[in-house]
Amino acid sequence: MIDRCFTFIIWLTAGIVFLAFGWLISDVVVQGVGKLSWEFLTDEPTRSGREGGIYPIIVSTLLILGTALVIVIPIGLGSAIWLAEFTKKSSKRVRSTRLILDVLAGVPSIVFGLFGYAFFCGFLGLGFSILSGGLTLACMMLPILIRTTEAGLAAVPNDWRRAGAALGVSRTTLLWQVLLPYASPAITAGLLLSIGRATAETAALIFTSGYVDRMPESLNDSGRALAVHIYDLSMNVVGGDKAAYGSALVLIVMVVIINLSANALSEFWLEKKINRLQ
Amino acid sequence: MNKFATPTKGIDWWLSIGLSWLMGVAVLLLLLIVVFLTYEAWPVLHGGSWVQFFNDEGWFPLENKLGLLPMLWATLAVSFGALVLAFPLGLGSAIFIEYYAPVFVGKPFSSVVTLLAGIPSVVFGLWGLTELVPLINSIHPPGASLLAAILVLTLMILPTITLTSRSALSSLPSHLLQSSAALALSKKSMIIGVLVPSALRGIIGGVLLALVRALGETMAVLMVAGNVVQTPTGLFEPVRVLTANIALEMAYATDNHRAALFASGILLMILVFCVAWIASRLSSGEVNGYD
Repeated sequence: MIDRCFTFIIWLTAGIVFLAFGWLISDVVVQGVGKLSWEFLTDEPTRSGREGGIYPIIVSTLLILGTALVIVIPIGLGSAIWLAEFTKKSSKRVRSTRLILDVLAGVPSIVFGLFGYAFFCGFLGLGFSILSGGLTLACMMLPILIRTTEAGLAAVPNDWRRAGAALGVSRTTLLWQVLLPYASPAITAGLLLSIGRATAETAALIFTSGYVDRMPESLNDSGRALAVHIYDLSMNVVGGDKAAYGSALVLIVMVVIINLSANALSEFWLEKKINRLQ
Repeated sequence: MNKFATPTKGIDWWLSIGLSWLMGVAVLLLLLIVVFLTYEAWPVLHGGSWVQFFNDEGWFPLENKLGLLPMLWATLAVSFGALVLAFPLGLGSAIFIEYYAPVFVGKPFSSVVTLLAGIPSVVFGLWGLTELVPLINSIHPPGASLLAAILVLTLMILPTITLTSRSALSSLPSHLLQSSAALALSKKSMIIGVLVPSALRGIIGGVLLALVRALGETMAVLMVAGNVVQTPTGLFEPVRVLTANIALEMAYATDNHRAALFASGILLMILVFCVAWIASRLSSGEVNGYD
């Protein structure tokens, strides 16, 4: 009897969760799909975004993301490889570096926004620009990327390292030929995860890349990210809800594509590796 | 083991040096954030003047009253409220996926949850603002309230709890299942008495991760919480959390007011630090690498 109650409660929980999420997603799809059209993706916004499209906003979003990635990928991957493969895992300095990274990975994005606003926009004089926004996002992604990449490398069994050392293979070769390919699914997944987080980011961008919804001409121009556009339409523009839902649908589709390709890529690599080993 | 760990010659040495430089850049950049935030907040921190954050009654920046307590309570109320709701739902969903759902239900269910983990916070905010707030308003005005913030945040952190609890449960050694089956335990006693306690470390880790996310959430809470600065007294009262306060006032703040916003950023960092520290005490996962 108690057992049956428990089963019922578990199914009920799952049902509640499913219904809540069904409500959310169907709401966005139903209200957003009417707004969606080719013109919506290729036109400039008019009347503060109530009408027209979101083309310049998509371009700005991609530019901000690109700027952030150019900075974060070399620093992030390099640091993670050093942390995982060139340090002693039990040393105090490395452990405290990890704690610092963990804390920074959890720091609210608005705090990064605050820093970016004061440092990049103010102190360095970059103003509200795509460059400031990208740099701020890079700071935000850095700890997440380092920790996921490092975790990917740490999951490679030590047997490979011992075998490499026994064969007299240099660390660099071992890293390039064995460890990185082995860890690549985890690294890719981590990278795409942080790209997903960055695409969805609002709080860090409001005070760094700004609100201007024109087509950006250079990286020094202010550009409005898609998430900021949704926020602005729903909070500050009366009657902007429809356009907000349309943009929300576009944003969700972008994030879902990024996440799905993360999964697909990791599986593809895993399969290739298994085939090669056979 | 030491020689094995520190490469001494050739290309390895150069690579190690190069990578350590990159690490240096990363650490400097991250330290810069902390230093710069402190520098900006210094006018209201030095000489013990930070006590005003806890002594001043209320937040009236124009009159130089900078009490952060009402917003700190609001932040904690929203976060823990969401945690109280999301924990049973999340753990329940994880148990559902692992032990109850038939394959054709469990697979789509877990992909829905994974999908939700990636949905931008601003979309949750938009949905809360246009669907949830009017609904709550029809029960008890004004609608934009502590309750709305808690509900939206619950949905946002639920996927985190579900996914981490699930991976903690699924990585349990199979002999646990086998021996509890051999003891003829019922499914319920097996889950409550054996499996969940064994996976507790991982589950709590996930809960702390969710707590960090809840403490730092800005946009979704800002959009539905009503943003009136007051100590929360009821579920239907509008509240303003620390993160939302920064987002709302940063654009026009000057002098001490501005410094106080940076100080509240530091306060948020300290909150996160405490949670992350507890989490790092708990996790003792085996890590591969050089000794």
